[in-house]
Amino acid sequence: MRQGAEFLMTSTILEMRDITKTFPGVKALSNVNLSVEEGEIHAVVGENGAGKSTLMKVLSGVYPSGTYEGEIVFRGQECHFKGIHDSERIGIVIIHQELALVPMLSIAENIFLGNEHATYGVIDWNANEKRTKALLDKVGLKEDPKTLITNIGVGKQQLVEIAKALSKEVKLLILDEPTASLSEKDSQALLDLLLEFKRQGMTSILISHKLNEVNRVADKVTVIRDGRTIETLPRKDISEDRIITSMVGRPLDDRYPPREPQIGDVIFEVKNWSVYHPIHAERQVIKNISLNVRKGEVVGIAGLMGAGRTEFAMSLFGHSYGRHITGEVLLEGKPIDLSSVSKAVENRIAYVTEDRKTYGLNLIDHIKHNVTLANLGGVSSRGVIDDMHEMRVANDYLKKTNIRASSVYQLTGNLSGGNQQKVVLSKWLFADPELLILDEPTRGIDVGAKYEIYTIIARLAAEGKAIIVISSEMPELLGITDRIYVMNEGRIVGEMAASDASQEKIMRAIVRGEGKKAS
Amino acid sequence: MSTDSAPAPQSGVAEDVKQGPRIAVSALTTNLREYGLIIALIVIMLFFQYTTSGTLFKPVNLSNLVQQNSFIIVMALGMLLVIVSGYIDLSVGSVAGFIGALAAMMMVIWPLGIFSNPLVVSIVCLVVGALIGAAQGYWIAYHRIPSFIVTLAGMLIFRGICQALLGGGSSVGPLPSSFKQLSSGFIPDVIGPLTLIPPTVNAAGKTIVGSGLTLHMTTVVLGVFAVVAYAYFGLRARRKRERHGYEAEPFALFVVKTLVGSALALFLVFQFASYRGLPVVLMVMGVLISLFVFVTKRMTIGRRIYAMGGNAKAAQLSGINTERLTLLVFINMGVLSALGGLIIAARLGQAVPAAGLGSELDVIAAVFIGGASAMGGVGQVIGAVVGGFIMGVMNNGMSIMGVNVDWQQVVKGLVLLGAVIFDVYNKNKA
Repeated sequence: MRQGAEFLMTSTILEMRDITKTFPGVKALSNVNLSVEEGEIHAVVGENGAGKSTLMKVLSGVYPSGTYEGEIVFRGQECHFKGIHDSERIGIVIIHQELALVPMLSIAENIFLGNEHATYGVIDWNANEKRTKALLDKVGLKEDPKTLITNIGVGKQQLVEIAKALSKEVKLLILDEPTASLSEKDSQALLDLLLEFKRQGMTSILISHKLNEVNRVADKVTVIRDGRTIETLPRKDISEDRIITSMVGRPLDDRYPPREPQIGDVIFEVKNWSVYHPIHAERQVIKNISLNVRKGEVVGIAGLMGAGRTEFAMSLFGHSYGRHITGEVLLEGKPIDLSSVSKAVENRIAYVTEDRKTYGLNLIDHIKHNVTLANLGGVSSRGVIDDMHEMRVANDYLKKTNIRASSVYQLTGNLSGGNQQKVVLSKWLFADPELLILDEPTRGIDVGAKYEIYTIIARLAAEGKAIIVISSEMPELLGITDRIYVMNEGRIVGEMAASDASQEKIMRAIVRGEGKKAS
Repeated sequence: MSTDSAPAPQSGVAEDVKQGPRIAVSALTTNLREYGLIIALIVIMLFFQYTTSGTLFKPVNLSNLVQQNSFIIVMALGMLLVIVSGYIDLSVGSVAGFIGALAAMMMVIWPLGIFSNPLVVSIVCLVVGALIGAAQGYWIAYHRIPSFIVTLAGMLIFRGICQALLGGGSSVGPLPSSFKQLSSGFIPDVIGPLTLIPPTVNAAGKTIVGSGLTLHMTTVVLGVFAVVAYAYFGLRARRKRERHGYEAEPFALFVVKTLVGSALALFLVFQFASYRGLPVVLMVMGVLISLFVFVTKRMTIGRRIYAMGGNAKAAQLSGINTERLTLLVFINMGVLSALGGLIIAARLGQAVPAAGLGSELDVIAAVFIGGASAMGGVGQVIGAVVGGFIMGVMNNGMSIMGVNVDWQQVVKGLVLLGAVIFDVYNKNKA
């Protein structure tokens, strides 16, 4: 690979050689090499925590020269960035996963923030807006430069970020998981834009989890695993299977663990569940939902974003969402009261949230305290916590769910997404539920950790628990559930056994549901 | 804790860290804040000991120091929970003033018969404090009115009522001497004094005050007992950890910590014993501090308060009734504000309209110097107590030195700012 890079010296725009970055106690990168040619789209893939973001922070100067070993050569010159300003000055611009826009300022103000056309501090708004207009045209965004950021969607915000990068005379554009929070349509538009930039001769680095996207646009793929470069694949060798094999270090024959369903009687039943919006009282969000789950069964709820799946789950779980909630819930044939979270927990129902950082974890506290939070009674007597017992429980779950951490005293805020998800799962497993509702259990976590989560789900089902999985990833639902309900606009619009379900069938149920409403 | 049973591919090199030394190091660094704070207190004390040419550690001054600052520390215990929960309470100084006025009116002015008995009055006052806390907490917990606003209103309201009760600018007193014992009393010497050096007798046959050395034996016995218990329980907790196969902090560190702590405690006990023994209010404080350490470290309700402050939504979705918990935190604050008010009144011997004026800021400062986070979820009882003592020692030391009150405020402000900057700097470095 090194030889190839030297051979193509003239067209190589970026060369990172033997980059090694050490944090106290951890080697985050060791001898990573990355060579990017002028005018290509170069994808960097790897599991969460593999070192992709660290590498990009080294490249953009977030970690200044001297804090790492190795060298960076950009357009033939060795670079020693002291900060992000140095890298931006020579045309390396990085767009982070979390957008850095000011919501209450306009598009134009954001694009030229800190870089305004001004004389003696007085801003020339006409010049700013004219240039903004030109930039927005380039990224294909038809919005008034005066529009506030808060009034446009995430997809358009992403385009504003790119326009902002273009305003800085970018030579190398780095996009860190740009489509993570975009809808399918916006993602496609963004990828098309990348291809358009490529035609115009721009070089970009794309960091992504979504292998189908990489597959679509990348000219080359560099795979990073455990802080090392594994390989760089040329266009002709790029395939999803090939990348996955390289990412996880072994062929992943089956993305879903094998499982022998042993399904018993109906244990959990919801009848005519209706919920109204918490603020717009006249809006009915959940409309007469009835469903049931059997012992040992994994039931999926499919649907598009905004179908009301999370709202349904949260309204069940201690009436945590909505008002004027009506309907009946039966556990083992007996009606139960779910009007508060503690009652739901007492009735042995658990809900693992889709948003672990906001609703699932106390990020400033360590694993031990998070794991026992939903069942403090289980490690205490008369309100006094038995420290040793708690310690045993936490270590137990660390092993059971395979959380990778230095000890149970690691702050959950410092864990990777997959490990955070396992902590949230552990918390609810320790509460010993009969019914476990998992809302997007694998959102934003990597292939390996996903497999582990699926394994845990399979194990729980085998133990006879009833499980509901809400997911937007249809292959996932098809892969791990026994039966699928399809939801659309607050209604159940279809029910099918997973064995004879397919993505097309689910989509058809959704579309049919919409047709019904229109007629 | 092992990662060898991983059924699926390893991810995240960043987490695969060797175990042994890390725990020892982290035990040290997590406690560094607390140790650092105690060391800072000792340094400040030594500094004033030097600049006041030895006055600071004089037994009589130590008693004064405790009696002057106890109300700040008592209220700081409640404020710690408020701040850890993610709230603030600006009303505590006014509530303390109001309760002092109420107590004085009940004991001195209003004809209440046997209900003007100091004990009855104190209990009534604590209940009134709880009601005030509940009234403020209700709006904060169940109607989500920001605590800053609710308690700012409370600050104005209760200061007003305090002044109105006392009838404008006048003060009400004197309070019964049995009531004053709360602040200025000392525990009785049930064992009897031990005279080590007989006092010098002058020519007129009178003893010279301050000469000789007589020890208050009850104080000595209590002090020695407390130190032995401290060492014993520390050792027992260590043993228990080791028996369950978990690493404790290094033994040398434990020994040094215990020895330094014990030596310090025995020195202070000796100083108190050579004067008039332990002040009553110090005993009250000691009991409350132990109680709050236990509640925050060992009890489920304490754990829930930290969880609520760290992430209220996650706590709620874990089955914690955050509304009721918030209400309880403010009721607790109300009771402790009332106790603070009683201590102030008992110390002054009368109720004055300005009692506790501005003390909410000292209380809040003590909690923040003690390392609590303004964002909630972080803070220790011991930190708040040491923070309170740092403020107290600075007040006391600078007063003895004759530093102008205006400049005392400047210095206290700088110390508060410095402590928080130190915290933030440390956090960013980690």
